[in-house]
Amino acid sequence: MTSAVTQRRRQSKYLAFLIPVGAVVAALLIGAIMLVTLGANPLEGFQALLKGAFGSKDALIATALKATPLLFVGVGITIAFRANVINIGGEGQMVAGGLLATLTALTLPDLSAWIMLPAVLIAGLVGGAMWGAVPGALKAYFGVNEILSTIMLNVVAVQLMNYLLRGPLIDPGELERGTRIPQTARLQEGADLPLLFGDGRFHIGPLVAVLAAIAAYILLWRTPLGYRLRAVGLNPDASKYAGIPVKRTIVLALTFSGAMAGLAGAVLVFGSESHRMVTDGSTAGFTGSAGFNGIVAALFGGLHPIWTIPASFLFGGLLVGGNAMQRAVQVPSALILALNGLVVVFVVATDRYRKRMLARDVRVDAPEPLASASNSPPTGGPEPPGEKDAS
Amino acid sequence: MLEMRAITKRFPGVLANDRVDFDLRAGEVHTLLGENGAGKSTLMKILYGLYQPDEGEILLNGSPVEIHSPTDAIDLNVGMIHQHFMMVESLTVAENVALGLPSNRGFRTDLDAVSERITELGTRYGLKIDPSATVWQLSVGQKQRVEIIKALFRDANLLILDEPTAVLTPQEVDQLFKTLRQMTEDGRGLIFISHKLHEVLALSDRITVLRQGRITGQVPVEGATRESLARMMVGREVKLAPDKPAVEPGRPRLRIESLTVLGDRGDEAVRSLNLEVRAGEILSIAGVSGNGQREMAETIGGLRQPTSGAIFIDDTDVAGKTPAEIRAAGLSYVPEGRMKNGCIGAFTVSENLLLVDHQKAPYVKWGLFDFGVIKEHSAQLVKQYAVKTPTLDTTARSLSGGNIQKLILAREISGTPKVLVASQPTRGVDIGAAEYIHKRLVEQRTEDTAILVISEDLDEVFALADRIAVIYEGQIMGMVDPATTSREEIGLMMAGVHPETTSDRP
Repeated sequence: MTSAVTQRRRQSKYLAFLIPVGAVVAALLIGAIMLVTLGANPLEGFQALLKGAFGSKDALIATALKATPLLFVGVGITIAFRANVINIGGEGQMVAGGLLATLTALTLPDLSAWIMLPAVLIAGLVGGAMWGAVPGALKAYFGVNEILSTIMLNVVAVQLMNYLLRGPLIDPGELERGTRIPQTARLQEGADLPLLFGDGRFHIGPLVAVLAAIAAYILLWRTPLGYRLRAVGLNPDASKYAGIPVKRTIVLALTFSGAMAGLAGAVLVFGSESHRMVTDGSTAGFTGSAGFNGIVAALFGGLHPIWTIPASFLFGGLLVGGNAMQRAVQVPSALILALNGLVVVFVVATDRYRKRMLARDVRVDAPEPLASASNSPPTGGPEPPGEKDAS
Repeated sequence: MLEMRAITKRFPGVLANDRVDFDLRAGEVHTLLGENGAGKSTLMKILYGLYQPDEGEILLNGSPVEIHSPTDAIDLNVGMIHQHFMMVESLTVAENVALGLPSNRGFRTDLDAVSERITELGTRYGLKIDPSATVWQLSVGQKQRVEIIKALFRDANLLILDEPTAVLTPQEVDQLFKTLRQMTEDGRGLIFISHKLHEVLALSDRITVLRQGRITGQVPVEGATRESLARMMVGREVKLAPDKPAVEPGRPRLRIESLTVLGDRGDEAVRSLNLEVRAGEILSIAGVSGNGQREMAETIGGLRQPTSGAIFIDDTDVAGKTPAEIRAAGLSYVPEGRMKNGCIGAFTVSENLLLVDHQKAPYVKWGLFDFGVIKEHSAQLVKQYAVKTPTLDTTARSLSGGNIQKLILAREISGTPKVLVASQPTRGVDIGAAEYIHKRLVEQRTEDTAILVISEDLDEVFALADRIAVIYEGQIMGMVDPATTSREEIGLMMAGVHPETTSDRP
C-alpha cells in the first residue's frame, strides 16, 4: 500500500467520522433559527444547553443517567442492525424487561442484594429477550416484517403495563388514598441499584451499560456467534450456503437486541429515585422514549457498540441540556423535542454518506481494477476506476 | 472508417489506456481482446462518448471528431450494444426502438412506421422479432436482437458489441454471427469485444490484444491460434488445458438417483436425474444454461429442496438435508454466484476463508476466536492458492473475480472433501486464474475426491473432464468420453437430440 493511499484512506476515515458531527451542527443551526424566531438569543440558549448537560458534576451525573437507557438500547440496536434486522421495538422491550423485573422483585421474598440484584437484572434481560424473540421468530419463520411487528408489540407492551400497574400490581397505598396513580409500591431494598461516589442518584447502571457495550463488541467481533450475526446481516445467501442456520440467527439477533432493551427497563425501575415502576399511561411515561432515541444513538455511533458509548452520552446531554435551555431562555418545551427530532433526521439522513465514505476507501486501495463479478452488490459509490467487462 | 490515435486515459491509480492506436475499416470485424481490466471497455466507452480521453484523437471517415456523449456518438452513426440490455421492460419492442427518436407525427407516436421498419430490418439481417411483443416476455437472445435493431434503426455504420455472446446459447451465437456477417457485407464496421478465443477466431478479420492498457498485439485472423492469442493476453505461455496425470477412478462417491427438483417458476427443472461420480474422476456436466444444472447443484448443496429422489455421498443420503449436514457428510461446493453465495463481499479475505469452519477448533478457543491461528491459517491458504490480495484484512469484494474464485476454491478444497461440486468455476475469470483453478481441480483427483464440474463453456468441459454428461431439460441425454467425442456430437445432445450410439456409456 502506498503512503498516498494510506493517507487518503485516513482522510476518508476522518471525513466519515465528521459527517455525523456535521449533521448535529447543522441541526443545531436550524435550532438556532428556531430560537431566533421565538425571540430568544440562540447563543445564550446553547450556552445554557452545554452548561446544563456537561457544565458541572451534577450536570454530568444527570447526563450519564439519562444516557444509560440510550446506551443499553443502542447496544441492542447495533446487534440487531448488524444482522440486518431492524428493531423498532426498544420501547416495548424496555417495558417487558421492566415488568418482568418488577414482578420478580414483588414475588420473591426479601433477600440480600447479592441475590436480588442479579435476579432482577436477569429478569429484565429475559423479559426484553422474550419481547424480541417473538418478532424474531415471526420474521424468520413466517416472513413477517420485523419493523411492523416490533412497533405493534410496543403497543401491546404499553397496554399490558397499564393494565398491570392500574390493576394487579398497583401500590395498595394508592388504593387506600384513592389517588390511584398507576405505580407499584416501593420495591424491596435488596433490589436497589447500589449508589456510587456518595451521590444520592448515581447508581451502577451507567457502568453496567458500558460493560454491556464491551460485551456486545466482544460478541460481534470475537465469537463465532457474532460472526454468524454479521454474516447473516451482510449476505444471508452466502451464510445459508456455508451452513449457517440463518433463521435461528435472525431470531437470536432480535432476542439479544430485546435483552439489552429489557435490561434498560430493569435499570430504569431499580435505579429510579422512587424505586418503583411508574407509568403515565403512555410508553414514554416509563421509558422516556429511550427505546427510540437509543436507535439514533446507535446510528450516531456508527452501529459500533463502543462508539455508541460516547454517542449515547452526547444524546443524553442533549436531553438534559435541553431542559436547562428551556429554563434559561424561556422557550416552549416542544422546541427541545423539535431540536432532538432535527438531530435524528440529520443523523439518519446523512448516514448513507458516512457509509459511502467508509466504503470508498476500501475501493481506493483495490489491488487491481475492480472485481468483475457481475452480481456484486450495489455500493452507491461513483463508477470505480478500471473496467467492468465482466462476462 | 475509424481511427483512434494514441488514446490515453487515466483513472486514479490506474492507467486504463496507454497511447492506444485502434482503427476499423468498413466491412470488417475488428476484435478487441483482453482480460478483465485490460482497458477494452474504457477504450470503447471513449469512442461512445461515455468517457473523455486525456490524450489522443479520434478520426471518423478521415475527419477529427469530438464525442462528448452517446448522443454525439449516435449522431456520428456509432452504435453500441451493451452487455447489459438498456430497455424498458414493460414497453413493447417497437416502443423501445422508438424511444428517444423524433416522430414524423410531431407529439404523437408513429409506431406503425417503426414496426414496419423493424420487420424490414429483421428480414434483412435475420433478426426475427415481433414488434408488438412486450420486452419482458422476450428471451435473452431476443432482447439482444432488439438492441441490435435499435442500433441499426439509428443508422449505425459502426457498431460496438461488448461481449455479446456471454448470455447466448451456442445456437444463438451461430445465429448472431450470421447476422453480423450480413452487416459487414453491407459495408458496416464492427468492433467485437470478447475473451472467448474460439469465437474471436471464428468471427474476426483482425484482432487487437490489450494488456494493462497497452496494445500487445495487432494481428490478422489468418495465422492466429488460441495459444498465440492467450500468450498476448497474459504475457506468458498459457496452458489452455491442464496436464492430466492418469488417475484410476475408484468407487462411486456421489450417486444421484431419480432426482426431481422444482425450478423457481414451479416447473420441473430436474427430472428423475441419475448420475454417478467416482472417486478420483472429474465428471463434467455440459449443457446450455437453464437446463437444470443450477437447480441440480443447489440441491446437492442443500440450498434447494428436491421433490423426490436420493443423493448419496458415500453411503449417506443427503437429499433434503441442511447445507451444514451435507457439508458434514463430506461435500464441498463452489457455487455459481461467487458474490451471491460464494463469499461475503464486505467480509475480509481472512473472514471469508473462515465462512464454513468459523466455529471449529483450532480457530475458536474458550468460545473466542484465536486470531493468531486464524491469521496463520489464512496466510497459508492465500499463499498456497496464489490469491492476490494486499492484506488478509482486505475486503473480498475489492479483489478481482479470479482472485475471489481462488479464495472460494481455497476454502472449499482445503478440507479434502469427499465430493466437490464446482459450478461454472471459471466464468468471468481471467485466463491466468482459470489456468490455475483448472490445475487445482485436476490435482484434487489424486486425493480421491469425486469432482462434479458444471460448465457452459465447452472448452472448459473438454479441458477438465474424464467423462462428460450432457444435460438437457433436466435429464442426462448421454454420457460421452472426451477422448472419442466431438463438439458436434455434444452440441447435438445439448440441443436435445438423442445420441445414435450408446457405446460410449460406461
